[in-house]
Amino acid sequence: MDALNSLLDGFAVALTFTNIALMFAGVILGVIIGVLPGLGGANGVAILLPLTFSMAQTPGGQTSAIILLSCIYWGALFGGAITSILFNIPGEPWSVATTFDGYPLAQKGRAGAALTAAFTSSFFGAAVGVIVITFLSPIVAEFALEFGPPEFFAVYMLTFCAFIGMGKEPPFKTIVSMMLGFALAAVGSDTVTGTLRMTFGTATLLTGFDFLVAVIGLFGIGEILMTLEEGLEFRGASAKLNLKVVLETWKELPKYWLTSLRGAAIGCFMGIVPGGATPASFMSYGVARRMSKDGDKFGEGMVEGVVAPETAAHAAGTSALLPMLTLGVPGSPTAAVLLGGLLIWGLEPGPLLFVEQKDFVWGLIASMYLGNIAGLIVVLTCVPLFAAILRIPFSVIAPIIIVICAIGAYTVHNTTFDVYMMVVFGVVGYAFKKLAYPLAPLVLAIVLGDRAEASFRQAMLVSHGDMSIFFSNKLVGGLTGLALFLLFWPLISWLIRRLR
Amino acid sequence: MSEANNQRAALSDKTAEMAVAGFTFALGAIAVYDSWRIGARWVGDGPQTGYFPFYVGLIICIASAVNFIQALLMSKEKNGVFVEVGQLKLVLSVLVPTSVYVVLVALFGIYVPSIVYIAFFMLWLGKYPWWKAALVSVGTSVFFYCVFEIWFKVPLPKGPVEALLGLD
Repeated sequence: MDALNSLLDGFAVALTFTNIALMFAGVILGVIIGVLPGLGGANGVAILLPLTFSMAQTPGGQTSAIILLSCIYWGALFGGAITSILFNIPGEPWSVATTFDGYPLAQKGRAGAALTAAFTSSFFGAAVGVIVITFLSPIVAEFALEFGPPEFFAVYMLTFCAFIGMGKEPPFKTIVSMMLGFALAAVGSDTVTGTLRMTFGTATLLTGFDFLVAVIGLFGIGEILMTLEEGLEFRGASAKLNLKVVLETWKELPKYWLTSLRGAAIGCFMGIVPGGATPASFMSYGVARRMSKDGDKFGEGMVEGVVAPETAAHAAGTSALLPMLTLGVPGSPTAAVLLGGLLIWGLEPGPLLFVEQKDFVWGLIASMYLGNIAGLIVVLTCVPLFAAILRIPFSVIAPIIIVICAIGAYTVHNTTFDVYMMVVFGVVGYAFKKLAYPLAPLVLAIVLGDRAEASFRQAMLVSHGDMSIFFSNKLVGGLTGLALFLLFWPLISWLIRRLR
Repeated sequence: MSEANNQRAALSDKTAEMAVAGFTFALGAIAVYDSWRIGARWVGDGPQTGYFPFYVGLIICIASAVNFIQALLMSKEKNGVFVEVGQLKLVLSVLVPTSVYVVLVALFGIYVPSIVYIAFFMLWLGKYPWWKAALVSVGTSVFFYCVFEIWFKVPLPKGPVEALLGLD
């Protein structure tokens, strides 16, 4: 019941005229970002983060700022579906699975039904995710208040090992990508002793590499280069969405309640454990195809094939904020960017946030309910408008997006060095993406690197260098054990396959 | 003829895999080298500054070596096309101007190079008439100026042209 009371207080915080206006503004911006190639949830939020610096300094401004940024994220989640269904171009990696049935539906002239199904399922998935956050996060936060350095290091380790154990990418590539993130995080002055590391006598490297620049380069510039290979033209189905189609589809949707529930469950699980929205959407699509009685018709344009990935992607995208808020460990790159925002505004994410910044936390959680309603309204009414954005020729929109990315990279630290780095990260992102090196662990490692190292060294100082501290009690032992299991899972599963 | 030429492989998967593995190995080696220089050992009061990055670098080197060997042993059937000539041309047609653009940003601020950059794209790739290119590129820069400098009070880099106009 405590959670409900806190939530009501949260609604009181979130329901001001400014905040609701920001919600709609955020969602609209987010959908635009989600629709445009090269601008996605993570780097869209990263680019707009500097605009919130002054906003966050006013009283209550931190809540308004996070509402704006999180609504951009919801908008981007919705926006990805539009391009997948109408243009067969996934605007976001998590909407790749939506193209499988969404685009065939659009080709059959049922674009309206596919869009309605996608938006409604997204909304449902997000709603489940928010409910999970509402009731689970106070418990996790309270639990985490007892955490010391070894526990935190074990949680970080679990996060990173989950990428190796649960990712689809080759494990050694995941390791390289992740460790590069840690190495980049280590550049600059050492957080414990202040010694300079890997700066090689240059002043520009003193502050180290900022993950926001990495996000903008890897996801922004890298994505544009990827899109370019496909050519410069977008050809899409026309978007007609009227009330009749919406109502007809809504009548059809309750049939797929089981698929939705399964999708939401997969999504919540994958979001909290840092699997992320993308694998969640694929997994949900795969499960739905296996379980459905029309499984063999999947891929030819089944509404169910849109419901499954969209529900999971949104549930995962939403619940990725749970570990970010309660433990300070983001479950996805976008959650990592939001975490970066919190740090810049002077908030320390983690269990104490629930004690010291109640208004902020519950205002944010309440805004998730409202933001998704705002999102559903916006996307259902404005699809043709957003689809029109995609018809702007590439030779106009691409340079504008790159200019926006450059501005975003510059404003992080006000140095042009970051703009150069953005291009370097862009080329790296392009090559990594094409060769199946995952980008999410790289980004998360840059964000968490310093803190993971600090908690490791603090734990070592406590134990005088004895590694057994990571098994010293049930909790930390369990976390470390699970992390090691996930780390060696690729090897274990390979051995099992061999033995059969 | 040119069609076939465009679909020719500019780079095979194998070469690309080996190049990237070599690149990450080099980065790992830098981390190892510099961490060893500042001390990566375990001393009385715990790990030295370079301890953590030393092992991070070492893991990068080992994992990169594995990736390199896997690429080396890649069978012929699996060795696909990393990028076709035509694709590479398209990618470079954006990458090269962008590299020039970021250098110009460092010299002349963000606004003027952005005008040139957007106009260049529209004229060269889009074949738009010059007045449309001018309208869009100048319009975009003015819009960003209003958003960042006036509304949100976030200063962006400016150069001699802005100084001349008294906007600095």
